[in-house]
Amino acid sequence: MVSNNISGEYEAVIGLEVHVQIRTRSKMFTRVPTGFGEPPNTLVDPVVLGLPGALPVMNKAALDAIILTGLMFECDIAPVCKWDRKNYFYPDSPKNYQISQYDMPICANGRVEIELPGPSRNVMGPHRHVRLTRIHLEEDVGKLNHFANDSLVDLNRAGTPLVEIVTEPDMHTADEVFAFLTALRQAMVAAGISDCDMEKGQMRCDANISVRPVGQQTLGTKVELKNLNSISGVRNGVDYEIRRQIAALQRGETIVQETRRFDMEALISTPMRTKEEAHDYRYFPDPDLMPVRVDQAWLDRLRARVPELAFDKQRRFFEQYKLPYTITSVLVPDRALSDWFEAAVDGHVERAQAIANWIVNDLLRELAATGQTLADCRIQPSHIAGLVEAQESGVISSKIAREVFAEMFQTGESAAEVIERKGLRQTSDTAELEKWCAEAIAGKPQSVADFKAGNEKAINAFKGPVMKASRGKANPKLVDEILRRMLAEM
Amino acid sequence: MPETRQIDIDYVARLARLALTDEEKALFSRQLADVLHYVEKLNEVDVDGVEPSAHAFEVVNVWQDDVPARPLPTEAALQNAPAVRDNMFVVPKVVDEA
Amino acid sequence: MSNELCFSSVTELSARLADGEVTSVEITRALIERTESVEPRVRAFTHRDAERALAQAKAADERRAAGEARGPLDGIPISVKDVLASAGEPLTCSSRMLENFVSPYDSTVIERLKRAGVVLWGRLNMDEFAMGSSTENSAFHPTANPWDLERIPGGSSGGSAAALAAGEAVATIGSDTGGSVRQPAALCGVVGLKPTYGRVSRYGLVAYASSLDQVGPLGRCVDDVAVLLGAIAGHDPRDSTSVDVAVPNFAAEAREKRGPWRLGLPKEYFGDGLDPEVRAAVEKAVDFYREQGCEICEVSLPRTEYAVATYYIVATAEASSNLARYDGVRYGHRSEKASDAIDLYFHSRAEGFGQEVKRRIILGTYVLSSGYYDAYYLRAQKVRTLIREDFNRAFEQVDALLTPTSPVPAFRRGERTNDPLAMYLADIYTISANLAGIPGVSIPCGFTASGLPIGLQVLGKPFDESGVLAIARTYEQTHDWHTRHPEL
Ligand SMILES: [Mg+2]
Ligand SMILES: [Zn+2]
Repeated sequence: MVSNNISGEYEAVIGLEVHVQIRTRSKMFTRVPTGFGEPPNTLVDPVVLGLPGALPVMNKAALDAIILTGLMFECDIAPVCKWDRKNYFYPDSPKNYQISQYDMPICANGRVEIELPGPSRNVMGPHRHVRLTRIHLEEDVGKLNHFANDSLVDLNRAGTPLVEIVTEPDMHTADEVFAFLTALRQAMVAAGISDCDMEKGQMRCDANISVRPVGQQTLGTKVELKNLNSISGVRNGVDYEIRRQIAALQRGETIVQETRRFDMEALISTPMRTKEEAHDYRYFPDPDLMPVRVDQAWLDRLRARVPELAFDKQRRFFEQYKLPYTITSVLVPDRALSDWFEAAVDGHVERAQAIANWIVNDLLRELAATGQTLADCRIQPSHIAGLVEAQESGVISSKIAREVFAEMFQTGESAAEVIERKGLRQTSDTAELEKWCAEAIAGKPQSVADFKAGNEKAINAFKGPVMKASRGKANPKLVDEILRRMLAEM
Repeated sequence: MPETRQIDIDYVARLARLALTDEEKALFSRQLADVLHYVEKLNEVDVDGVEPSAHAFEVVNVWQDDVPARPLPTEAALQNAPAVRDNMFVVPKVVDEA
Repeated sequence: MSNELCFSSVTELSARLADGEVTSVEITRALIERTESVEPRVRAFTHRDAERALAQAKAADERRAAGEARGPLDGIPISVKDVLASAGEPLTCSSRMLENFVSPYDSTVIERLKRAGVVLWGRLNMDEFAMGSSTENSAFHPTANPWDLERIPGGSSGGSAAALAAGEAVATIGSDTGGSVRQPAALCGVVGLKPTYGRVSRYGLVAYASSLDQVGPLGRCVDDVAVLLGAIAGHDPRDSTSVDVAVPNFAAEAREKRGPWRLGLPKEYFGDGLDPEVRAAVEKAVDFYREQGCEICEVSLPRTEYAVATYYIVATAEASSNLARYDGVRYGHRSEKASDAIDLYFHSRAEGFGQEVKRRIILGTYVLSSGYYDAYYLRAQKVRTLIREDFNRAFEQVDALLTPTSPVPAFRRGERTNDPLAMYLADIYTISANLAGIPGVSIPCGFTASGLPIGLQVLGKPFDESGVLAIARTYEQTHDWHTRHPEL
């Protein structure tokens, strides 16, 4: 829906600032539990409330999480980093300063691999990297609930650890922004750092957008776009802002450097009021907190926790399992699902495609239909190979296999157990099959004539009744052979 | 250190969110000009290659494990609040600013 | 009888409690009565709750009767500067901003004092948010120096020193950011200790300048201060700047260490601006140490003249940020004038803060603001490093330093209120210890001809409180300045 050819004359340059909440049990600088959807002001203590005398103490798990993030994205991890106070007044900020990192962020540089849309959904698109400027750690603010005459402050969210990821101005279209956020989210979820649920505010995005004539080296005037708080909001907002700026330039107007808010319902951006001193944050080192020194042993421990990134896994799946793009693009983004697949395929690499098909088609369909997650699922990964084997060796037909699968999904039994218990083994008893075939041929003289006249497909007319008579257990290959022999003998 | 010792009192008071009277502005400007003149002494000190001290003693890696503790009961959290509704702090209308 | 209890030392009272000669209720009642009679003239407290104190005293007596006394401080009334959070008690910092604030939690220091069984007797007046050297900046009322009611008791822990000198308390807790325990102790003729930065937890101490603030005890004698320090010191996982070092038995070590010591006289502390009577008293104390066999040598702390400038940049910068939280949203004074949330800040803060606090917030905001950070704040942080190095070098030569605590004895109320810079220079001998993080104690070392107390300061190496206290105690053993009381 969005393309980079809105106008051939102009190109957009986009950099992002993404905030991701880290899923720790307690907050960034105090041990009050983190949480979402709790009654207001229940996840607070003197530190979160900014009471007189309260002091912050770092959460080790949040530091682990940001270093892990940095390692995933090939950042340089600073040997020493420190905490700074960002001073500004706002009712959602209990101390009226935010503890953040200014000139010594913990992660610098780095890059995120993204995939752009291909010519169609079934074809892999081009890959490229978006460069990261920095990643730092900071604390989240509380939430304001606005009413007609006043606002209400809930500080449950305040102090939740956040990573702020700042990209280089490396993107040019809303699609690239979308691809970046998708790749970022997959990695953070895979590493267990965050669920990145935008609806719950676990991932939030601001975009710096400028537009310039194609070929111009210097950047155009940048506009900061805020409130891009859903995936569609990001796409629509960035797309709208690019169009707005191009249209303005085409009308001969100049772009004003400003902050704009995207209205997700009206699908337009409007300027926000900015104060003259808005960006004088008076950063200085937080005297209440000590610096962090990262040594090799700590880095090594975390390096062991770096998950395989989605695109690396996808390349491995092509290579190792010979899976097609369409299958990998379902399996790979979901770490739990691809882990499940790899457990299923363990020792059965030669059946990887068939196994993957069962997972991507049948398993996901059943899970969706029953509202379950993979974790709830009773079926065991190792049981899928058994099902494929039973089908390939002719013990059951593909039709019966579906029935067996449904039963396996419900009971957690192996394929062999289901086949045995329900007596679903294919009938290869020739005498019995011949009897059903003869009856089917006798019942359809017109089809006999058609077949004799050279219409190959007419043979299918006999197969249905045979399958029906056998209650699906007739071996389709044998039935086909017997029918052809009998028809030839007529 | 800058030569002009005159604080832009309006700008700084706005940063600090202090509504100062004209008398206070005049008084503070004068008094703080004296103080700034005094602290210009520091220009005499050769600080080339000197590391800044943010703390009296540098200790690193002071942290706690991620083990949740009990929150403050909500009534205690709200006990000093000037205005409360629905267990939240009431503030006058917030004008959205960037 | 009751006045005698009020002017007893903690050590004496502790022994008499243990012997069953006196009860905690009797001591507490004596203090309450003494306070009722002299407080209208001294005005050392911001808040008193006699009933609550008596209930705690009764509980202590019951523990003792049951054979469950907790130690030397059980049942001893301690009065605390109104800057340390104590659950269920007012925490005003002598500011309109927090006039009605009641702390919902305990500071670590209060928690430890409670565990030691103390009776919490009242909340002590101070310069608003600990900003000042005279306790004239209290939003509620100034505190008088019990030795001359027209004069200031020093500050910012003026209430802590004055209550002790006036016999309204037997020992108190203050906080020291640039001399706020030592200077009022000197001006009121009592003992006051600033521990090493990180020795005592700051959790629940309302921050003025976080990298300089330290809680410290005041008492009638060195032993009392040592016992109190033992009760409040120690690593606290809730304060990232608290240092994890062993807590010795300060009182025992101060008794055992006998010297002789090598003691340094920083020449920069004996120059112009030092009152002749103060100089004479301090030099006499130096003579005493020399007679005791101590090696006395002159040392140099060449960056001393930059300490006040460094301090007023670092401290006000930190304060401007620390005091941003007082906005009338979650607690504290809220203006009626506000039309929107931003307006609320401007008016609540303008109405809630006093002049000195506003002045320091403006200065601190300015030195951090865009374009000025490097010139002021960063440079001050570097000079701070050099000031610490000066001390490190001096401590290679000597065990401790002897200096005057304050260049002048207590001055008259109102004398310096219109000249902030003159007021700031009152801290010239105490500020460096905060910048360097080292411990320092002030003990009485004489009186002026007009009867005003004079203080001697002993500065020591980081975490050598025992050494500093031992040196102070050696002097105290053969002098009786600390046993004198003002006529009230
Ligand atoms: Mg930012
Ligand atoms: Zn941020």
